[in-house]
Amino acid sequence: MNWTWFHKLGSPKWFYEIGGRWLPWFGWAAAILLLVGTVWGLAFAPQDYQQGNSFRIIYIHVPAAFLAQSIYVMLAAAGLVGLVWKMKLADVALQQAAPIGAWMSFIALLTGAVWGKPTWGAWWVWDARLTSMLILLFLYFGIIALGQAISNRDSAAKACAVLAIVGVVNIPIIKYSVEWWNTLHQPATFKITEKPAMPAEMWLPLLVMVLGFYCFFAAVLIMRMRLEVLRREARASWAKAEVRALVEKHA
Amino acid sequence: MSFSSFSDFFAMGNHGLYVWTAYGVSLAVLGLNLALPLVARRRYLQDEARRLRREENK
Amino acid sequence: MSNVFALLFRREARLLCRRPAELANPLVFFAIVIALFPLAVGPESQLLQSISPGLVWVAALLAVLLSLDGLFRSDFEDGSLEQWVVSPHPLALLVLAKVLAHWVFSGLALVLLAPLLGLMLGLPASTLPVLLLSLLLGTPVLSLLGAVGAALTVGLKRGGLLLALLILPLYIPVLILGSGALQAALQGLPAAGHLLWLASLTALSVTLTPFAIAAGLTISVGE
Repeated sequence: MNWTWFHKLGSPKWFYEIGGRWLPWFGWAAAILLLVGTVWGLAFAPQDYQQGNSFRIIYIHVPAAFLAQSIYVMLAAAGLVGLVWKMKLADVALQQAAPIGAWMSFIALLTGAVWGKPTWGAWWVWDARLTSMLILLFLYFGIIALGQAISNRDSAAKACAVLAIVGVVNIPIIKYSVEWWNTLHQPATFKITEKPAMPAEMWLPLLVMVLGFYCFFAAVLIMRMRLEVLRREARASWAKAEVRALVEKHA
Repeated sequence: MSFSSFSDFFAMGNHGLYVWTAYGVSLAVLGLNLALPLVARRRYLQDEARRLRREENK
Repeated sequence: MSNVFALLFRREARLLCRRPAELANPLVFFAIVIALFPLAVGPESQLLQSISPGLVWVAALLAVLLSLDGLFRSDFEDGSLEQWVVSPHPLALLVLAKVLAHWVFSGLALVLLAPLLGLMLGLPASTLPVLLLSLLLGTPVLSLLGAVGAALTVGLKRGGLLLALLILPLYIPVLILGSGALQAALQGLPAAGHLLWLASLTALSVTLTPFAIAAGLTISVGE
């Protein structure tokens, strides 16, 4: 197998250029998918026979929850790459993705709470999924706080990487223990996302929204990472030239 | 189309408040996530422009 | 190899014995937190008994967390951590000895104190073996996981609060299993399942966390 692409990824200049080329694609894909998914989910999908129209919140709740979990796994993967191959770009990815992940778990929690009101009659129920999501948000806070507390950029990235890896080993344990705790304490509650065989006109818009959220994440992450790369490489000649060109374009 | 009229669409069968708050707040958060890097980039470029001008005047 | 382990363990034990006040602090904290609850929720024995599993476990968790804040601090300040990092012995083994010594003097003392406080909260004597066993299996996990956070924050000026923020979410499985075991015992149900799960968490953390602690210390020392 040819690994040159992997080592190229480590080059900030290469990432800056290729990221700039990918950015519009992800951006437009996100915009179109999110628009189509929202209109489809809000106006065209049939209403749920049990929950009525409040079930339409699924089209943001589930994609945000998916994304929040995937981003945490991505943090750990980036951390591992950064620790093992000393790739600076992985450090940048880890620290730039963490706030996006925290915001996604925030969306999942908030929409879950809003959905809970008409479904359970309470804004917050200690449901296994919601509780796990809350813990995930706390894990994100930990990583962000640790990254900000350490002043040295390289040690901050390494410390965050270790924490993310420890966290990702713990996530399955936390998830199963919370689910188990939940079945022990409130048996057979009405699960909000588990549907017996959702019809296609319900899950197709969901699929579109999930893809849209992933593209949105990719676009925002590339934007954040490109800026951070430009900042970190401020002494390199290519970055100086790029900043000069951008400044002249804006002036 | 699962709604017969626009007012039906906004009412969401008595669940309008919940559905629209959820979508509204989520849209705001997504917008914020989009705006933060854009603002940061603009500010960085402004700072750099100021620095470049200072260096030229020297 | 095992010689270094024993030597280091003895050194840590001697150091800890010289500062008895520091050893007593987490225990006193544990007792005070537990004493606060009857004052806050009222002295009805029925209510106290029903919340006591969670209460004992949350208090134990916080006490362990507090005691971990200074785990690596003095070694960091006097430079012995740097010696550890550059020494030819595997760092993971050294930190395991250190954490084990710390657990023997703080965690184990906590375990021994717990039945007394459990009785004060109205736990029936029949549940005390489960209380002891669950704490015995759970507190090493708390010490080891907490040591990861302590290693990552040792170089920071205000590491204490940050340590809690990093580590408390990771303590949740232990809390659920530990208090679950006690709750089951309180209701007259078998607690063996919970205890076995706790034991597997202990085994997992003894094998894996020393590497994370070692990585954390290397980063903190290298800064």
